[in-house]
Amino acid sequence: MTEALSSLDQTPALVDPGERRGGTGTARFVLSKIGGALASLALVVVLGFFLFRTLPGDPVRFMVRDRPTDPKMMAELRAQMGVDKPLLRQFWDYVAGLLQGDMGVSYLQRRPVFDMVGERLWPTILLVGSATVLAVLLGLWLGVRAGWRRGSRFDKVQTGLALTLWSVPQFWLGLMLLVAGNGLFPSRGMHSPDVEPGFFSEGLDVLHHLVLPCVTLLVVFYAQYMLVMRSSLIGEMNSDYLTTARAKGLRDDLVRKRHAVPNALLPTVTLVFMQFGMVVSGAVSVEAVFSWPGLGQLLYEALRGPDLPVLQGVFVTLAGAVVLMNLLAELLYRVLDPRVRTA
Amino acid sequence: MVAVLAASAVATVPFVPAAAAQQQGKVLRVALTTGIDHLNPFTAQLAASTQVGRFTYEFLTLPSAEDTQPTGGVAESWKTSDDKLTWTFTIRQGMKWSDGKPVTAQDPAYTFQRMLDDENARTANGSYVSNFASVSAPDDKTLVLKTKAPQSSMTSLDVPIVPKHIWEPIKDLNAPSTDEMAVVGVGSGPYLLTEYKKNEFVKFKANKDYWRGAPKVDELQLLQFKDAEAAVNALKQGEVDVINRLTPTQFDALKGEKNITTNKAPGRRYNELIINFGVKNVLDQPIGDGNPILKDVRVRKAIAQAIDTETIVQKVMNGYGQPGTGVVPAIYKAYTWTPSEAEKTKFDIAAANATLDQAGYAKGADGIRVAPGGAKLEFRLAGHANRPFDQRTAQFVSGWLKDIGIGVKQELVSDDELDDRTTAGNYDLAISGYGTSPDPDYALSLNTCAGRPNAEGNGGSSSTYFCDPRYEDLYKKQLTEFDPAKRAELVKQAQAVLAGEYVDVVLDYDNVLEAYRSDKFSSFTKQPQPDGAILEQSGYWGVYGATPADTAAAGAEENSNTGLWIGIGAVVLVVLVGGGVLLGRRGKSADDRE
Repeated sequence: MTEALSSLDQTPALVDPGERRGGTGTARFVLSKIGGALASLALVVVLGFFLFRTLPGDPVRFMVRDRPTDPKMMAELRAQMGVDKPLLRQFWDYVAGLLQGDMGVSYLQRRPVFDMVGERLWPTILLVGSATVLAVLLGLWLGVRAGWRRGSRFDKVQTGLALTLWSVPQFWLGLMLLVAGNGLFPSRGMHSPDVEPGFFSEGLDVLHHLVLPCVTLLVVFYAQYMLVMRSSLIGEMNSDYLTTARAKGLRDDLVRKRHAVPNALLPTVTLVFMQFGMVVSGAVSVEAVFSWPGLGQLLYEALRGPDLPVLQGVFVTLAGAVVLMNLLAELLYRVLDPRVRTA
Repeated sequence: MVAVLAASAVATVPFVPAAAAQQQGKVLRVALTTGIDHLNPFTAQLAASTQVGRFTYEFLTLPSAEDTQPTGGVAESWKTSDDKLTWTFTIRQGMKWSDGKPVTAQDPAYTFQRMLDDENARTANGSYVSNFASVSAPDDKTLVLKTKAPQSSMTSLDVPIVPKHIWEPIKDLNAPSTDEMAVVGVGSGPYLLTEYKKNEFVKFKANKDYWRGAPKVDELQLLQFKDAEAAVNALKQGEVDVINRLTPTQFDALKGEKNITTNKAPGRRYNELIINFGVKNVLDQPIGDGNPILKDVRVRKAIAQAIDTETIVQKVMNGYGQPGTGVVPAIYKAYTWTPSEAEKTKFDIAAANATLDQAGYAKGADGIRVAPGGAKLEFRLAGHANRPFDQRTAQFVSGWLKDIGIGVKQELVSDDELDDRTTAGNYDLAISGYGTSPDPDYALSLNTCAGRPNAEGNGGSSSTYFCDPRYEDLYKKQLTEFDPAKRAELVKQAQAVLAGEYVDVVLDYDNVLEAYRSDKFSSFTKQPQPDGAILEQSGYWGVYGATPADTAAAGAEENSNTGLWIGIGAVVLVVLVGGGVLLGRRGKSADDRE
């Protein structure tokens, strides 16, 4: 699933250097980017609908599996879900609903998909957001150290470690952390049933639950920030402006901090935004291991159905996040790097 | 850097015992590995949700803990008319809803009537009332249910009885408010709902006024797990007290653990190998592309003779099952069929070979038998690709059939593909299985003529597409037979007829594998007794009968966790804030220095 998602997700992520020509004004640039994003979203909606229709299976039969149900009731259920209508009609209903913020009704839970996605979105943003912030901080810090002292033992150890952790399967790492946690951290969900109500106690409770899934994601994700930062810094190291800075007599760590790092940061910023969209879908397995009530888990449950309306809802939301993040990255890049504006 | 600091600080923080959380009463925490869709008993369909309904609402009658025979619930006693069409239930007096209002005959009458009137109210349990003619409550003590045709499941209607005064004002049963405590918090069962955090947990408190007496634990929690391994780990760490649906591997791994007791119980599922005997739809038109050789009952008999159910149980199920006989699992002792010596199909490769030899299927040069017309005895064997049971069973069955000169082509496919194939009759042999209910009617109905698909290939609920006048006759008779002993005899005869035609081979009845913390709980009420299951019963006996172990140590250990995480939270906070300040300062000093 993740594979199918990411290969689709990348389509709108491509940055066409040709589009940066002209520089006929910020408004035009922003509008064209927004237009592109909207077109990507429309494509996602169409793909999402027909892609999931190719999944075999009768949702009604799945729902009533193992229970005595007469055919009349099954027909009634099919009519309620609207799966007895022709495919194009279903698509039309779906798009019409979507334009009004209606993502349909879950086959399994009979609740509006919009509500289901909404209540799962925040836990995922909390988990992925905190893991990303920490991964970026850790990755950049280690990347700068390693890159500045390229070839040193620190560099070798850190690069090797990062490459190893990057290739570790997330669910396995999660399970290992669960076992290693030895009961110090809760193994499921984001709330304990025994917490006294109160902003502070409930917040701490969530924080406590956050530790293991967040560390799992962090460990896997800091690597790419570290490696990109490292190579980007190495790319800057022989630049003339660094020689100039050194010639001014600046101390080595100041040359690094004031001159090299800010320039090397540019590619990383783009990566952070592009990754953020990907990480949401990448959280599927971690959310499943820790029963974190987020979007990834919803996707996992819906796939077992298959609960088509929910699958579509999550798909559109995730793809929307990727498109939005790419848009932000492109706009931000323009702000950060004057060369993009004037080129 | 901040992250590293936070992680290492967290890892090294010492145990901080909490004085705050002291004796808070006995809590039973159950690991749920299936989801909850609704609390609303009219729309709740997933297994865990129907369980919530069982805990919260008393049923009219329910299967007993001892032997799953009907026993009183909201109804104290019941009788049926001579034509078996009118059922009169006498309602128990003195029962109360948790808001203090009495439980009267108006409540079950309302519950069933609403299901008849409102399509949405039929979502979960509609099949129980599809044969109802009328519902009435002539007085507060009497409920009268009339059916169109005799219905023997009338004493095991798996329908939660809801309070009329709460539910009557609700017009839309699909409204989100029907999942809220104001509505579902009022009940009459052993446990009352107190809190529901969607996708995370459900909390109940013991019903002090429960008519059978209050449960021994004060609070019940159902905690959702998405990952079975994580749930097993939580049991080991003492985060949950009971867990079920274990795999044989997980079960074996938990066996030696300290403070954990495992429970192996007969299950209500059976696995079978179905044989396409030339299946037809409900209009008796042949369907599918089954191999015509299998129309010969002698070939089917030889296949049955060549399957060793004992080996399936030992080698495929790791011993966690019972060899199958009929379609009613051994858990339902009264109705399960034990074949006589004459009826028994014994595992005997030589006899199977002899059967085929006599039938004139001679072995060819390649060891595969050939039918008189020249067709080879080669069959496709379909099964679930993702089920280890099917994978292993297919291996064994292929081997055995090879021994009697039958070639097998294994076709393990996705669940839905298998469903599609068997529904369309496009199989020769297929591995299938069903879960059954305490009333044998359902298990038997899986092989009636009416259960076959219609002309469009839809609506089939039959497992084998069996259609036999003798079986039909016995099926109808048992449905209208209300003497338990006589009915049981008919049910067994029907299974014997089915087995005698060799349209399926019941392979085994899966065991239920569970485990619980014996340091926290000393016993649970099993169903059936003495060796039944704790969770997922047809009733609420397991959690209702949970008896806490008498150890003070267990409670203290649990409480220390509360303090621990407060400590951890504080450390993380300090590190984050401290780290931020530190970074800020360093930035500033760099500025100054330049």
